[in-house]
Amino acid sequence: MTAHSNYRELFEVAAASSAAKDFLPKLKIAAIEQFEAVGFPTTRDEDWHFTSVSPIAERTFRPARPAATSLTSDDIARFTYGQDDWHLLVFVNGRYEPALSSFAELDVDAQVMTFGEALKEAPELLAERLGTLAPAKQAFTALNTAFMADGVVIRVPKDIELETPIHILYLTDSHATNASQHPRTLVVAERHAKVTLVETFATIGGGTYFTNHVAEVVVGDGARVDHYKVQREGGEAFHVGTTQATQGRDSIYHAFSFAIGAQLSRTNVYSKLLGENAEVRLNGLYALEEAQHADHQTFVEHIAPSCSSREVYKGILDGTSHGVFNGKVFVDPQAQKTDGKQTNHALLIGDGAKVDTKPQLEIFADDVKCTHGATVGRLDQMALFYLKSRGIGGDRARALLTYAFAAEVLELIELEPLKVALEALLFERFIPPETV
Amino acid sequence: MLKIENLTANVGDKQILKGISLSVNPGEVHAIMGPNGSGKSTLAQVIAGHPGYEVTGGTVTYEGQDLLDMDAEVRAQQGIFLAFQYPVEIPGVSNAYFLRAAYNEIRKARGEEEVDPMEFLDVMTERLKIVEMGDDMLQRSVNFGFSGGEKKRNEIFQMAVLEPKLAILDETDSGLDIDALRIVAEGVNKLKRPDRSTIVVTHYQRLLNYIVPDFVHVLAQGRIVRSGGKDLALELEERGYDWLLETAGASA
Repeated sequence: MTAHSNYRELFEVAAASSAAKDFLPKLKIAAIEQFEAVGFPTTRDEDWHFTSVSPIAERTFRPARPAATSLTSDDIARFTYGQDDWHLLVFVNGRYEPALSSFAELDVDAQVMTFGEALKEAPELLAERLGTLAPAKQAFTALNTAFMADGVVIRVPKDIELETPIHILYLTDSHATNASQHPRTLVVAERHAKVTLVETFATIGGGTYFTNHVAEVVVGDGARVDHYKVQREGGEAFHVGTTQATQGRDSIYHAFSFAIGAQLSRTNVYSKLLGENAEVRLNGLYALEEAQHADHQTFVEHIAPSCSSREVYKGILDGTSHGVFNGKVFVDPQAQKTDGKQTNHALLIGDGAKVDTKPQLEIFADDVKCTHGATVGRLDQMALFYLKSRGIGGDRARALLTYAFAAEVLELIELEPLKVALEALLFERFIPPETV
Repeated sequence: MLKIENLTANVGDKQILKGISLSVNPGEVHAIMGPNGSGKSTLAQVIAGHPGYEVTGGTVTYEGQDLLDMDAEVRAQQGIFLAFQYPVEIPGVSNAYFLRAAYNEIRKARGEEEVDPMEFLDVMTERLKIVEMGDDMLQRSVNFGFSGGEKKRNEIFQMAVLEPKLAILDETDSGLDIDALRIVAEGVNKLKRPDRSTIVVTHYQRLLNYIVPDFVHVLAQGRIVRSGGKDLALELEERGYDWLLETAGASA
């Protein structure tokens, strides 16, 4: 009996209490079967070579039980970036909390629904899209599909531009200790639609728990989706997140991943460029300390011609932390005039910190421009001396240079209040408060 | 103000400074000249506290205190400023932020109140005039993407803001055209006070037409081989360094 087989038992219990539409049980049964077939990945899998998920695989995380939360708006204020006018959907331990959410009336014809609402109001949309972008081939996606209980479904009809960002806040508290949540996000931006989405994963007093998130994003022809993910889980937590986008012609998808939390995290951001002249930007910043481990994998599939992809990932590694970056780019024989650029830089601060980085280009078209660059370094001693020679010494000088390293990628955040908030989060971590 | 006695310093196993003695009094301008590799930039960097050099002997006293015992940032806080030969680029940190941090660190060390960004903006705007730079440079990253001339002017601008007691200009003139040289030199002259001293490290006499030194020292092979007044610089311009090197070689 292997550890992962315990999930079948948990699945039977969950399925018995579900009153979902027909298509959903089918999807879920297929997913748990797939999960049982593949099991958790090991470091023998190429995609998991530098990341051992055995701390997750050795435990069995039951789905978090729905329970009334005692959290108040004041408790969550520090996770909302000071933006009272954004649409806010709050989930606590995987369950939607209307009392904490402030969901302003949409002034346009668009739908923002919880998973439960979508099952009632737009079952055809779910049936058509759910699980089609992120098929349950990978173990964690399969597990999410099998256990997904709540989440958010967003549909922006054609020609509609939603100006106000939508913020989904996934909070975990002490009730979810040793439990898991499998939230699911589905975004469909139809032709020439526009939407900005922020997903934040955070904890208030959570111990060891496991968040396993999947987002599917359909970016229609000429549509634009800005998708920000802020992962600030608790220090004992495990986090796995997969975002899979597909893009139509002339579309823009911008995904930004900010990760400072969890003892072990894996963030996958994938986009498939299906229509000509589509543009994808995958950027990210992670900052680790102590023994944290964070693995980022990006995958851009250039299927259509004349598309561009831009990636900038940066990591700051203190203590004995371990960072992994694997940037995959696939260029189909059809995808002529592909323009791809990928850079990733790591700054090692802690003596015991390390980073493994692997760019992976598979190019089957001949008229393409694809570049990648990776650096791993320590703080520039000349820059440190320069700061000292101006009176800025020790920790302050190191913090300033660390922050400067991050600034270049934070500049790519176009949502100004979020940029300011994330800068502040980094500042807090790297500059001791008494010296600010 | 500054008293250097028999200073020796190494890079790795290689001895660069082989016994330098030099006294600088308040208000004085000293020029240190010499051929490439004579150790003049090393001397400048050792005074500023560069960690790449190991002081192996001698003493340096600054305002009665043991300078060699101070970290580089403490030296700066105590009023020593090095204008770098190769100013360092720091992308991601604006000039304004960088300078305010430096200014406040120095004020804190003196037991003075820190200044807020608005107050400090006035200070910077006024000092920018000295180096004839526009205030758009304040929001640019420190030296990042600056031309050679802009970098040198930025050094003098920083000096104008931080108002050091002892300024050391390390080949600030190298690579400058005559207009930039004039701006830099005039900037230095405007900052002269009876209680402030300057050490000008240069390869060429040209700069000394603008910044007139009280003393000129010639450094060769890690030693001061000759000291004199400003006329010595003119003589060097005329005759080159070779005649002094021969003397140094003969006495070695």
